Amino acid sequence: MKYVAKKLAGLIATLAVVSFLVFAAFAVIPGDPATSMLGTQATPEKVEALREEMGLNDPLMERFGSWALHFIQGDLGTSYSYQMPVSSMIGEKIPVTLALTAMAFLMMVAIAVPAGIFCARHAGGFLDRSITVVNQVIMAIPPFFSGILITLLFGLILHWFTPGGYVSYTQSAGRFLGYLIFPALAISLPKAAMAVKLLRSSVLEEMKLDYVRTAYSRGNRTKSVLYRHVLKNALIPVVTFLGMTLADMVAGSIIIEQVFNIPGLGRILLTSISNRDYPVVQAIIVCIAFLVIFVNFAVDLIYKLVDPRITLD
Amino acid sequence: MKTKAMKGLFLTLVCTALTVALSACSGDKAAEATSSQITIGIPQDIEDSLDPHKAVAAGTKEVLFNLFEGLVNPDSEGNLYDAVASSHEILEDGKIYRFTLRDGVKFHDGSLVTAEDVKYSLEKCAGISNGEPLVAAYSAIERVDIADDSTVDVVLKEPDTDFLPYLTAAIIPAANENPDTNPIGTGPYRYVSRSPQENIVLEKFGDYWGTPANIEHVTLQIIANADSIVTSLNGGAVDMFARVSQAQAQQISDDFNVLEGTMNLVQAVYLNHEAAPFDDVRVRQALCYAIDPQDIMDMVSDGKGTQIGSSMFPAFGKYYMEELNDLYATNLDRAKELLTEAGYPDGFSFTLTVPSNYQQHIDTAQVVAEQLKQIGVTADIQLVEWDSWLSDVYTDRNYEATVVGVDASSLTAAALLERFVSTAGNNFINYENPAYDEAFANAKASVDEEEKTQYYKECERILAEDAANVYIQDLPSFVALNKKYGGYEFYPLYVQDISKLYLVDEQN
Amino acid sequence: MKRKKNKNLILGGTITGIMLCLIAVGFFWTPYDPEAMDSANKLAGVSFSHLMGCDNFGRDIFSRVLKGSGTTLLVALGTVAIGAFFGLLIGAFTGYFGGIADEILMRINDVLFAFPSILLALVVISLLGSGTYNVIVALGIAFIPSFARIVRSEFLRCRDMDYIRSARLMGAKSLRIMFVHILPNTVPVLLSAVMIGFNNAVLAEAGMSYLGIGVQPPDASLGRMLSEAQTYLFSAPGYAVFPGIALILLVLGFSMLAEGIREQSEAGQG
Repeated sequence: MKYVAKKLAGLIATLAVVSFLVFAAFAVIPGDPATSMLGTQATPEKVEALREEMGLNDPLMERFGSWALHFIQGDLGTSYSYQMPVSSMIGEKIPVTLALTAMAFLMMVAIAVPAGIFCARHAGGFLDRSITVVNQVIMAIPPFFSGILITLLFGLILHWFTPGGYVSYTQSAGRFLGYLIFPALAISLPKAAMAVKLLRSSVLEEMKLDYVRTAYSRGNRTKSVLYRHVLKNALIPVVTFLGMTLADMVAGSIIIEQVFNIPGLGRILLTSISNRDYPVVQAIIVCIAFLVIFVNFAVDLIYKLVDPRITLD
Repeated sequence: MKTKAMKGLFLTLVCTALTVALSACSGDKAAEATSSQITIGIPQDIEDSLDPHKAVAAGTKEVLFNLFEGLVNPDSEGNLYDAVASSHEILEDGKIYRFTLRDGVKFHDGSLVTAEDVKYSLEKCAGISNGEPLVAAYSAIERVDIADDSTVDVVLKEPDTDFLPYLTAAIIPAANENPDTNPIGTGPYRYVSRSPQENIVLEKFGDYWGTPANIEHVTLQIIANADSIVTSLNGGAVDMFARVSQAQAQQISDDFNVLEGTMNLVQAVYLNHEAAPFDDVRVRQALCYAIDPQDIMDMVSDGKGTQIGSSMFPAFGKYYMEELNDLYATNLDRAKELLTEAGYPDGFSFTLTVPSNYQQHIDTAQVVAEQLKQIGVTADIQLVEWDSWLSDVYTDRNYEATVVGVDASSLTAAALLERFVSTAGNNFINYENPAYDEAFANAKASVDEEEKTQYYKECERILAEDAANVYIQDLPSFVALNKKYGGYEFYPLYVQDISKLYLVDEQN
Repeated sequence: MKRKKNKNLILGGTITGIMLCLIAVGFFWTPYDPEAMDSANKLAGVSFSHLMGCDNFGRDIFSRVLKGSGTTLLVALGTVAIGAFFGLLIGAFTGYFGGIADEILMRINDVLFAFPSILLALVVISLLGSGTYNVIVALGIAFIPSFARIVRSEFLRCRDMDYIRSARLMGAKSLRIMFVHILPNTVPVLLSAVMIGFNNAVLAEAGMSYLGIGVQPPDASLGRMLSEAQTYLFSAPGYAVFPGIALILLVLGFSMLAEGIREQSEAGQG
């Protein structure tokens, strides 16, 4: 109970700090919603007048305070560039990014865990070496570029999907998910490659420890030692990695959403940053921060699960 | 125990995924559109406002052009035709513009356009009801009078015979409370819906007063990433994209026609006249002698594009002065001489700020930097986001030099030339030249068309001779249009006329 | 004592050695000025005069790959150095001591993690200006949390192990335990984290170039070249292929080398 309370307090503190930093960041970088809205019609006088009208000239703390107050009451504000409530704007896009991330994450786990264990069991073998090399190559390709290659291969040559032919989930959930398969692949491949590498080295590391030797000397077979003892311990760094990756994937999806022209949170975040549309940026970042913290929390719980020696308090 | 828990978790995840996938498949029976349809890719979403009077971005205006009309409207030849008005008269040497409203023009919501709507729209632009004019030129309007139910007089503070092109401002219903989110106009298309960063959906307006549009349903799909344009076109997701680059045009499949026009903007190296050494005319001229527009066009777009020598492009016809192009034929020796005279025998270095969302300007900047090396001048390119550019360069004028394209907001020479008047709020190069101010004032005041043109030409000549900016080109514009469609028209303004497009089969 | 040949070390060392030689050469000499344009050679193919062909401005791709590899290496090393150094410090202290400091630092870590790296990059750029070194700073800061997390979980795992307990009982100081006893045990994990970090830094540099906030043109970096090349993927595939190969070799060489060093050290221990 105390643990949960502590986590909750941490959560709130983190969200407050993140959102304040974002606010401060917007005060530092050039441009504000007023210049953005006026575009090339801007003159210094017009910008000043609009800033005054929009309340952008109020002190930073005051603006942050009023934003936070509204936020707590569930009012996320209105987007400057879309004149739409931020909640409905983001609400519409969250399922897109969530589906993309979840799909990529599942793909990654499905690829990495079997491959990692296989490589560790057959360390030094031909397949292991080949996978390691392929892994390295995949890891070295920038995500946007593998996205382009996937588009070329599966889209323009094999015609398995229509590049740029994104379909909203409100129109057809099937075609929506169908379109996301390849972007998800582009996100998951490099992460899977890293996970394989990590899992492999972590299993091998663990195998050298005394308790494994003991287990062997007791006459246990490789397989049972591997699954009963080693994997559990070897999973700790992997779980850390997976947890980080999940959050990372949300960020990584920004670029992949660009390449595959998917209107998800990443796209909105990117354009809102460049439009200085900070109510939207704030809301999205709070979402991401929440997700990151939640995942960290889950990772802690899983630590406890795989290794009872770790105490949470 | 624990492994069981893990297995359970994994199973749950798989099950959820399957359920989602399966339920998805069953619902996959989207109604196929039976009527005509086109998907047009656009490079940016509408991020300023759907309210035509508040819209500022060129990309927004080119979309809204299909939804709204003014009293008069531009056509593809650059002439103005009567739209919401059926005729117009210019009285008292340009003091009063009298419009007779067209009978039976309807708004998208079905209501008829009244004189009150016209008055409301123009006054909203002029800021008569709420202060600040939304359209800068509208500060010239003194009042808008309703003479009778179908006649509206626009009364200016000072006579101006050149005001008609500004009266293209959209006529909107006075009754609409949310023009920001619910755009209602009189144009050939009406707004249906939008999804941020995804698309904007339009539909043919059945009660349009003029020649109706040919295509029923239009989806404007946002393709913010320039590099997915080619794949989206070739993959068949998009039927048309209006602004592809030369490099992209070369890679578009045979399913498309690539039409070539010009972008109608003045691309130049704009120099901040308050930043040394650009306050010295000799330095500016030296840059002009060193920079070779033809070489830039060869490099960036295989020689396509139109060279310009002042703040005017060929689409403006009679105002365009081709002879100014040769004023600074590339001459490196002359450039070095001028630099030496100005006190920079060894050259100097400066920062060339370029908005990072315009590949054509980035490319141009790279060639410019390379050309300037020949006279010992170093240009450090700095890419900034568009918004930083707007704020630092355009509004705060805190920069040394920048490469951008400046477009005309309406079909008047003044739209391009007014910004170089020393007191203009948008004079972002801090240009100050009494001779220019005088010539421009004369042009404005002149009632004789011939004389007016002469004064505007004088303005252009002053800009060129003073090397106010290093003029480069009017960029080429390539439109990729699927061969299924025809009817694309280039305008001298930054607009896309969707209503003229038609399905090729339909016509046969 | 028969020792197996350490293939990773040899191969990785060779690749890295060759790449470093090329980068060193590129630092002093390139066949052409990497920024010199030549309209006659736009998108020229591979030839004797241009070993890797030319880009859309007729610039020699080989020269640009030489220069660009150097820039990329610099950015990646700098990023990893910043990320690993601060990540190690934060992770070690928080993992070892736990408690309030851990809570606070890990929350700060969360903050950094959730903060979008693009916004961070924009802030760094507007404070320091754009340019290669500021890209390093922006990326370096963004890389701290992931290192900190990995190091922390390692320290968390080790701090209650028997040998640490006995060291503590023998009166060893905390700092000594942390950096003399625990740190060496985390080396394998840390080494792979550094490798992955190096890899990610190379990719992140490319990603920033893709979004237009990385290395500024006309400077070359491998990521920047790749993102410029994508427009010409159909008409001049070589433009993408050669920087791509250089990028892969750079990452591959380093990671095999690291793998090799790890194997070597283990062989030495065992």
